[in-house]
Amino acid sequence: MNANLAFDFTVNKENNTINVKREFAADVALVWDAYTKSEILDQWWAPKPWKAKTKRMDFRNGGHWLYAMVGPNGEEHWAIANYQDIQPQKRFTGLDAFSDAEGNVKADMPQSTWDVTFSGKGDHTLVELSISYADLAQLEATIKMGFKEGLGMAMENLDELLPRLKK
Amino acid sequence: MRRDVFQAIADPTRRAILLLIAVQAMTPNAIAEHFDTSRQAVSKHLRILTECQLLKQEQSGREIYYEVNATKMKEIDKWLEQFKKIWESRFNQLDHVLLTLKNKKS
Repeated sequence: MNANLAFDFTVNKENNTINVKREFAADVALVWDAYTKSEILDQWWAPKPWKAKTKRMDFRNGGHWLYAMVGPNGEEHWAIANYQDIQPQKRFTGLDAFSDAEGNVKADMPQSTWDVTFSGKGDHTLVELSISYADLAQLEATIKMGFKEGLGMAMENLDELLPRLKK
Repeated sequence: MRRDVFQAIADPTRRAILLLIAVQAMTPNAIAEHFDTSRQAVSKHLRILTECQLLKQEQSGREIYYEVNATKMKEIDKWLEQFKKIWESRFNQLDHVLLTLKNKKS
Protein backbone atom coordinates (compact mmCIF):
# COMPACT_ATOMS: atom_id res chain seq x y z
CA MET A 1 0.00 0.00 0.00
CA ASN A 2 1.15 3.50 -0.78
CA ALA A 3 2.28 4.88 2.57
CA ASN A 4 1.46 8.44 1.53
CA LEU A 5 -2.24 7.71 1.24
CA ALA A 6 -4.13 8.15 4.48
CA PHE A 7 -6.17 5.17 5.68
CA ASP A 8 -8.29 5.17 8.80
CA PHE A 9 -10.58 2.39 9.91
CA THR A 10 -12.67 2.45 13.07
CA VAL A 11 -15.55 0.41 14.36
CA ASN A 12 -17.88 2.16 16.74
CA LYS A 13 -19.88 -0.43 18.58
CA GLU A 14 -21.87 2.22 20.42
CA ASN A 15 -23.73 3.31 17.32
CA ASN A 16 -23.06 0.15 15.29
CA THR A 17 -21.11 2.02 12.66
CA ILE A 18 -17.98 1.30 10.69
CA ASN A 19 -16.05 4.38 9.61
CA VAL A 20 -13.51 4.14 6.85
CA LYS A 21 -11.45 7.02 5.50
CA ARG A 22 -9.12 6.66 2.58
CA GLU A 23 -7.28 9.05 0.32
CA PHE A 24 -6.80 8.29 -3.36
CA ALA A 25 -4.23 9.66 -5.81
CA ALA A 26 -6.74 10.91 -8.36
CA ASP A 27 -9.05 13.89 -8.74
CA VAL A 28 -12.60 13.80 -7.40
CA ALA A 29 -14.21 13.31 -10.83
CA LEU A 30 -12.30 10.07 -11.40
CA VAL A 31 -12.76 8.73 -7.87
CA TRP A 32 -16.48 9.50 -8.04
CA ASP A 33 -16.72 7.50 -11.27
CA ALA A 34 -14.86 4.60 -9.65
CA TYR A 35 -17.50 4.41 -6.89
CA THR A 36 -20.54 4.97 -9.05
CA LYS A 37 -19.95 3.33 -12.44
CA SER A 38 -20.45 -0.40 -12.44
CA GLU A 39 -17.82 -1.13 -15.11
CA ILE A 40 -15.21 0.38 -12.77
CA LEU A 41 -16.72 -0.99 -9.53
CA ASP A 42 -16.50 -4.49 -11.01
CA GLN A 43 -12.73 -4.07 -11.24
CA TRP A 44 -12.11 -3.38 -7.55
CA TRP A 45 -15.14 -3.86 -5.30
CA ALA A 46 -14.50 -7.53 -4.51
CA PRO A 47 -11.35 -8.34 -2.55
CA LYS A 48 -9.16 -10.77 -4.52
CA PRO A 49 -9.55 -13.52 -5.52
CA TRP A 50 -13.27 -12.73 -5.48
CA LYS A 51 -14.74 -10.76 -8.37
CA ALA A 52 -17.67 -8.38 -8.47
CA LYS A 53 -20.13 -8.94 -11.29
CA THR A 54 -22.82 -6.36 -12.05
CA LYS A 55 -26.19 -7.50 -13.30
CA ARG A 56 -27.94 -4.12 -13.24
CA MET A 57 -26.82 -0.60 -12.39
CA ASP A 58 -29.09 2.42 -12.30
CA PHE A 59 -27.23 5.13 -10.45
CA ARG A 60 -29.84 7.74 -9.56
CA ASN A 61 -32.01 8.60 -6.55
CA GLY A 62 -34.24 5.59 -6.05
CA GLY A 63 -32.18 3.46 -8.44
CA HIS A 64 -30.14 0.40 -7.52
CA TRP A 65 -27.03 -1.66 -8.17
CA LEU A 66 -27.54 -5.42 -8.31
CA TYR A 67 -24.28 -7.34 -8.22
CA ALA A 68 -22.71 -10.61 -7.18
CA MET A 69 -19.50 -11.40 -5.38
CA VAL A 70 -18.15 -14.35 -7.33
CA GLY A 71 -15.76 -16.67 -5.54
CA PRO A 72 -12.78 -18.55 -6.95
CA ASN A 73 -14.92 -21.68 -7.29
CA GLY A 74 -17.74 -19.83 -9.00
CA GLU A 75 -19.88 -19.43 -5.87
CA GLU A 76 -22.10 -16.33 -6.02
CA HIS A 77 -23.32 -14.05 -3.24
CA TRP A 78 -25.79 -11.48 -4.48
CA ALA A 79 -26.27 -8.04 -3.02
CA ILE A 80 -28.33 -5.00 -3.86
CA ALA A 81 -27.57 -1.36 -3.12
CA ASN A 82 -30.50 1.05 -3.23
CA TYR A 83 -29.39 4.63 -3.81
CA GLN A 84 -31.18 7.35 -1.89
CA ASP A 85 -29.47 10.72 -1.95
CA ILE A 86 -27.01 11.46 -4.73
CA GLN A 87 -25.10 14.75 -4.90
CA PRO A 88 -22.70 14.37 -7.83
CA GLN A 89 -19.00 14.30 -6.86
CA LYS A 90 -19.89 15.11 -3.24
CA ARG A 91 -21.94 12.44 -1.55
CA PHE A 92 -24.25 9.50 -1.95
CA THR A 93 -26.24 7.44 0.52
CA GLY A 94 -27.88 4.09 0.12
CA LEU A 95 -29.17 0.91 1.65
CA ASP A 96 -27.16 -2.25 1.17
CA ALA A 97 -28.68 -5.70 1.53
CA PHE A 98 -28.10 -9.31 0.59
CA SER A 99 -30.44 -10.53 -2.12
CA ASP A 100 -31.02 -13.28 -4.64
CA ALA A 101 -29.97 -13.04 -8.28
CA GLU A 102 -33.20 -11.17 -9.07
CA GLY A 103 -32.61 -8.51 -6.43
CA ASN A 104 -35.15 -9.79 -3.91
CA VAL A 105 -33.82 -8.73 -0.52
CA LYS A 106 -33.08 -11.44 2.02
CA ALA A 107 -34.75 -9.88 5.02
CA ASP A 108 -33.19 -12.27 7.52
CA MET A 109 -29.68 -11.17 6.49
CA PRO A 110 -27.87 -8.06 7.74
CA GLN A 111 -28.67 -4.73 6.08
CA SER A 112 -26.69 -1.54 6.30
CA THR A 113 -27.01 2.16 5.53
CA TRP A 114 -24.16 3.70 3.58
CA ASP A 115 -23.06 7.31 3.56
CA VAL A 116 -20.14 8.06 1.27
CA THR A 117 -18.63 11.54 0.98
CA PHE A 118 -15.94 12.80 -1.41
CA SER A 119 -13.59 15.72 -0.75
CA GLY A 120 -11.37 16.77 -3.62
CA LYS A 121 -7.91 18.06 -2.68
CA GLY A 122 -6.45 18.89 -6.07
CA ASP A 123 -5.01 15.70 -7.48
CA HIS A 124 -6.02 13.73 -4.37
CA THR A 125 -9.45 12.80 -3.09
CA LEU A 126 -10.53 11.86 0.41
CA VAL A 127 -13.38 9.36 0.63
CA GLU A 128 -15.19 8.86 3.91
CA LEU A 129 -17.50 5.89 4.28
CA SER A 130 -19.86 5.42 7.15
CA ILE A 131 -21.65 2.07 7.26
CA SER A 132 -24.35 1.72 9.90
CA TYR A 133 -26.25 -1.34 11.03
CA ALA A 134 -29.58 -1.39 12.85
CA ASP A 135 -28.03 -3.30 15.72
CA LEU A 136 -24.80 -4.79 16.88
CA ALA A 137 -25.81 -8.34 16.03
CA GLN A 138 -26.11 -7.41 12.35
CA LEU A 139 -22.68 -5.84 12.29
CA GLU A 140 -21.14 -8.88 13.91
CA ALA A 141 -23.07 -11.22 11.61
CA THR A 142 -21.75 -9.39 8.55
CA ILE A 143 -18.19 -9.64 9.71
CA LYS A 144 -18.49 -13.27 10.71
CA MET A 145 -20.25 -14.13 7.49
CA GLY A 146 -17.57 -12.46 5.40
CA PHE A 147 -15.04 -14.83 6.83
CA LYS A 148 -17.15 -17.91 6.97
CA GLU A 149 -17.88 -17.46 3.28
CA GLY A 150 -14.21 -17.51 2.57
CA LEU A 151 -13.15 -13.91 2.18
CA GLY A 152 -10.82 -14.11 5.14
CA MET A 153 -9.52 -17.46 4.07
CA ALA A 154 -8.99 -16.23 0.53
CA MET A 155 -7.00 -13.30 1.78
CA GLU A 156 -4.73 -15.51 3.83
CA ASN A 157 -4.21 -17.66 0.76
CA LEU A 158 -3.27 -14.57 -1.17
CA ASP A 159 -0.81 -13.52 1.53
CA GLU A 160 0.87 -16.88 1.13
CA LEU A 161 0.78 -16.74 -2.63
CA LEU A 162 2.25 -13.28 -3.10
CA PRO A 163 5.79 -13.92 -1.84
CA ARG A 164 6.01 -16.93 -4.13
CA LEU A 165 4.88 -14.93 -7.15
CA LYS A 166 7.49 -12.27 -6.54
CA LYS A 167 10.33 -14.75 -6.92
CA MET B 1 -24.95 -2.24 32.23
CA ARG B 2 -22.80 -4.80 30.54
CA ARG B 3 -19.65 -3.34 29.04
CA ASP B 4 -17.68 -4.70 26.16
CA VAL B 5 -14.28 -3.91 24.75
CA PHE B 6 -15.64 -2.13 21.71
CA GLN B 7 -17.48 0.38 23.83
CA ALA B 8 -14.28 0.93 25.67
CA ILE B 9 -12.29 1.87 22.60
CA ALA B 10 -15.10 3.92 21.03
CA ASP B 11 -14.09 6.91 23.15
CA PRO B 12 -11.06 9.01 22.09
CA THR B 13 -9.97 9.74 25.68
CA ARG B 14 -10.02 6.05 26.50
CA ARG B 15 -7.97 5.28 23.41
CA ALA B 16 -5.47 7.94 24.52
CA ILE B 17 -5.31 6.40 28.00
CA LEU B 18 -4.58 2.98 26.51
CA LEU B 19 -1.78 4.40 24.37
CA LEU B 20 -0.32 6.16 27.38
CA ILE B 21 -0.36 3.15 29.66
CA ALA B 22 0.86 0.84 26.91
CA VAL B 23 4.32 2.36 27.40
CA GLN B 24 4.42 1.91 31.17
CA ALA B 25 2.14 1.18 34.13
CA MET B 26 0.89 4.37 35.77
CA THR B 27 -1.01 5.56 38.83
CA PRO B 28 -4.42 7.23 38.34
CA ASN B 29 -2.92 10.60 39.32
CA ALA B 30 -0.10 10.33 36.81
CA ILE B 31 -2.61 9.42 34.10
CA ALA B 32 -4.92 12.33 34.98
CA GLU B 33 -2.03 14.80 34.64
CA HIS B 34 -1.93 14.05 30.92
CA PHE B 35 -5.52 15.18 30.35
CA ASP B 36 -7.35 18.48 30.57
CA THR B 37 -10.49 16.80 31.86
CA SER B 38 -11.26 16.45 35.56
CA ARG B 39 -9.76 13.72 37.67
CA GLN B 40 -13.26 12.32 38.15
CA ALA B 41 -13.73 12.05 34.38
CA VAL B 42 -10.43 10.20 34.05
CA SER B 43 -11.39 7.90 36.94
CA LYS B 44 -14.61 7.05 35.15
CA HIS B 45 -12.70 6.16 31.97
CA LEU B 46 -10.31 4.00 34.00
CA ARG B 47 -13.24 2.23 35.61
CA ILE B 48 -14.83 1.48 32.24
CA LEU B 49 -11.55 0.23 30.81
CA THR B 50 -11.07 -1.98 33.86
CA GLU B 51 -14.62 -3.34 33.63
CA CYS B 52 -13.91 -4.30 30.04
CA GLN B 53 -10.74 -6.04 31.21
CA LEU B 54 -8.56 -3.85 29.02
CA LEU B 55 -6.73 -2.57 32.09
CA LYS B 56 -5.34 -4.45 35.06
CA GLN B 57 -4.67 -2.98 38.48
CA GLU B 58 -1.46 -3.72 40.35
CA GLN B 59 -1.04 -2.74 43.95
CA SER B 60 2.44 -1.48 44.78
CA GLY B 61 2.73 -0.27 48.35
CA ARG B 62 0.01 2.34 48.80
CA GLU B 63 -0.28 3.08 45.11
CA ILE B 64 -2.42 1.42 42.52
CA TYR B 65 -0.87 1.11 39.10
CA TYR B 66 -2.85 0.57 35.93
CA GLU B 67 -1.41 -1.52 33.14
CA VAL B 68 -2.72 -2.75 29.79
CA ASN B 69 -4.15 -6.25 29.59
CA ALA B 70 -2.36 -7.38 26.44
CA THR B 71 -4.46 -10.53 25.93
CA LYS B 72 -7.70 -8.60 25.75
CA MET B 73 -6.18 -5.99 23.44
CA LYS B 74 -5.12 -8.71 21.02
CA GLU B 75 -8.71 -9.95 20.82
CA ILE B 76 -9.89 -6.60 19.48
CA ASP B 77 -6.96 -6.31 17.13
CA LYS B 78 -7.64 -9.70 15.64
CA TRP B 79 -11.30 -8.98 15.08
CA LEU B 80 -10.76 -5.56 13.54
CA GLU B 81 -7.72 -6.58 11.57
CA GLN B 82 -9.66 -9.13 9.57
CA PHE B 83 -12.26 -6.62 8.54
CA LYS B 84 -9.72 -3.93 7.91
CA LYS B 85 -7.85 -6.27 5.58
CA ILE B 86 -10.85 -6.59 3.29
CA TRP B 87 -10.99 -2.84 2.92
CA GLU B 88 -7.24 -2.54 2.42
CA SER B 89 -7.39 -5.13 -0.31
CA ARG B 90 -10.28 -3.31 -1.96
CA PHE B 91 -8.59 0.06 -1.84
CA ASN B 92 -5.30 -1.26 -3.16
CA GLN B 93 -7.19 -2.58 -6.14
CA LEU B 94 -8.88 0.78 -6.57
CA ASP B 95 -5.46 2.48 -6.52
CA HIS B 96 -4.44 0.35 -9.48
CA VAL B 97 -7.71 0.96 -11.32
CA LEU B 98 -7.40 4.73 -10.84
CA LEU B 99 -3.84 4.69 -12.10
CA THR B 100 -4.88 2.77 -15.20
CA LEU B 101 -7.72 5.19 -15.86
CA LYS B 102 -5.46 8.21 -15.41
CA ASN B 103 -2.91 6.80 -17.83
CA LYS B 104 -5.61 6.19 -20.41
CA LYS B 105 -6.73 9.80 -20.17
CA SER B 106 -3.33 11.38 -20.60
